[in-house]
Amino acid sequence: MPILNKAIVFDKENFGDGLKKALQMTPDDILLTVKNSILKGRGGAGFPAGVKWLAAASTPSDKKYVVCNADEGEPGTFKDRVLLTEFTEQVYNGMIICGYSIGAQYGFVYLRGEYSYMREQMEKTLESMRNSNRLGKNILGSGFDFDIEIRLGSGAYVCGEESALIESLEGLRGEPRNRPPYPVDRGYLGYPTVVNNVETLATVPIIINKGVEWFTSIGTEKSKGTKVISVSGDVEFPGVYEIPYGITISEVLDMVGAKDVKAVQVGGASGVCIPEEDLTRNISFEDVPTGGSIIVFNHSRDMLKILKNFMEFFTEESCGQCTPCRIGNKKLLDGINLIEEGKCSVQYLRELISLGETMQIASKCGLGQSSPNSFITIMTHFGDEILAKY
Amino acid sequence: MLVSEVNNLTNDISVLVEKYGNGRQALIPVLQEIQNRYGHISDVAQQEIARLLDIHPVEVYGVTTFYHFFNAKQRAKYNIRLCKTISCDLANKDGIARTLERELGIKFGEITNDERFSLEYVSCLGMCDQGPAMLVNNEVYAKLTPHKVVEILDELKVR
Repeated sequence: MPILNKAIVFDKENFGDGLKKALQMTPDDILLTVKNSILKGRGGAGFPAGVKWLAAASTPSDKKYVVCNADEGEPGTFKDRVLLTEFTEQVYNGMIICGYSIGAQYGFVYLRGEYSYMREQMEKTLESMRNSNRLGKNILGSGFDFDIEIRLGSGAYVCGEESALIESLEGLRGEPRNRPPYPVDRGYLGYPTVVNNVETLATVPIIINKGVEWFTSIGTEKSKGTKVISVSGDVEFPGVYEIPYGITISEVLDMVGAKDVKAVQVGGASGVCIPEEDLTRNISFEDVPTGGSIIVFNHSRDMLKILKNFMEFFTEESCGQCTPCRIGNKKLLDGINLIEEGKCSVQYLRELISLGETMQIASKCGLGQSSPNSFITIMTHFGDEILAKY
Repeated sequence: MLVSEVNNLTNDISVLVEKYGNGRQALIPVLQEIQNRYGHISDVAQQEIARLLDIHPVEVYGVTTFYHFFNAKQRAKYNIRLCKTISCDLANKDGIARTLERELGIKFGEITNDERFSLEYVSCLGMCDQGPAMLVNNEVYAKLTPHKVVEILDELKVR
């Protein structure tokens, strides 16, 4: 199933031959183009791709790697599934362009195990690219060699974190590393490695083809371009949409046919819960960022049940390496159970929110730093409703 | 295990180590293939993988138990994993869970006596727009209804 609305960046008319064009440029020109486009990471963290690529390019090493992070595991996110199905070659082209600009010869696609049924088709695309000299040795006569291998995950949400993903590629438990050193300095097997989200990589060849000015004319001052979002929950038309940054949440809701909206969870379980009165806020890095997940709740939904679902997810998916995340998520879930039993005092609830704030600061990786978000925002906006009910 | 079974297993693992190389990076692809072929990664398999990749068995055990898709215990021929995360939950995954339990006569976490079906929950499958969704081994089924689940089970029973 393709993108449901009229695509803006991911319109096939914009694709041209970004790969060919890129290979005619110098690596430095590509790095500059990506930097000037202010393309930010689409996986959720929003780190500028150009800065990442420049750092990897400037680290001297005989071997470097490009990793496409296709371990999309955030609840409510499925846009990479659609991008990898509809625009497979664009994703690969983005990896090749990245490799060419930073001096890497090899790339991995880390595909989540839940998507293993997509692998065959993705391998076929790689094969046909090799056959048409768009992958492998001396790509399109440029003298540049690059090859791509698909590796499967095995069901671990935390492997979407880039350093955990690298650990997993190396055959280890998917436990995030201390950073620094960042993967651009020491990544896969200790070599400089760029890890980018599927959507980030797929956007690059389009920027190369259409130019920086065109790309930066879309979006807001600090969020250039568009975001591919996955909409689910209480809506008439769930699916994948492409929106320009800066669009309000209520505009998105109109597009997807959402009625009787009570709240919207933006950014998945690790994102924030936006109540009805704040739907005029917009999707952008300046206001409400998202890795792609938009989940809509109507008035029939019990917010505590939703929160419980999120916290069960995190207690299961925490890798257990650092204490704030391993114990903290469990404590928050226990607190929800106490509320359900009518045994949680307001005083204790305040302590739990404070614990959540501690986890945001003290956890080692993005999982534990963001897992209390939904607890804090749901308790802030719906605390009264929940406490009155239970 | 019979000696001949162990020999076959060792043989399979050697072929995989040949295919993926004997570095540490080969560990997860080897485990994935053994999991797919045997439905689980037994203690013996873990020890043989450790020996052939020249790493400590504890390392293999650590990795096997970390990832949700690896099991050390035998699963059924058809391992059914129902998504329990939010969007499928909103789309009434509980109704699907009840149907599966009723039709198979087992609870989640259990395996049927004939070892053909086992039931598990799984985190988000990325089918949130088409929930409720489940995996049967590696195959995905979406937009489930109780009737559709019964049809799927009937088809699997004769497969």
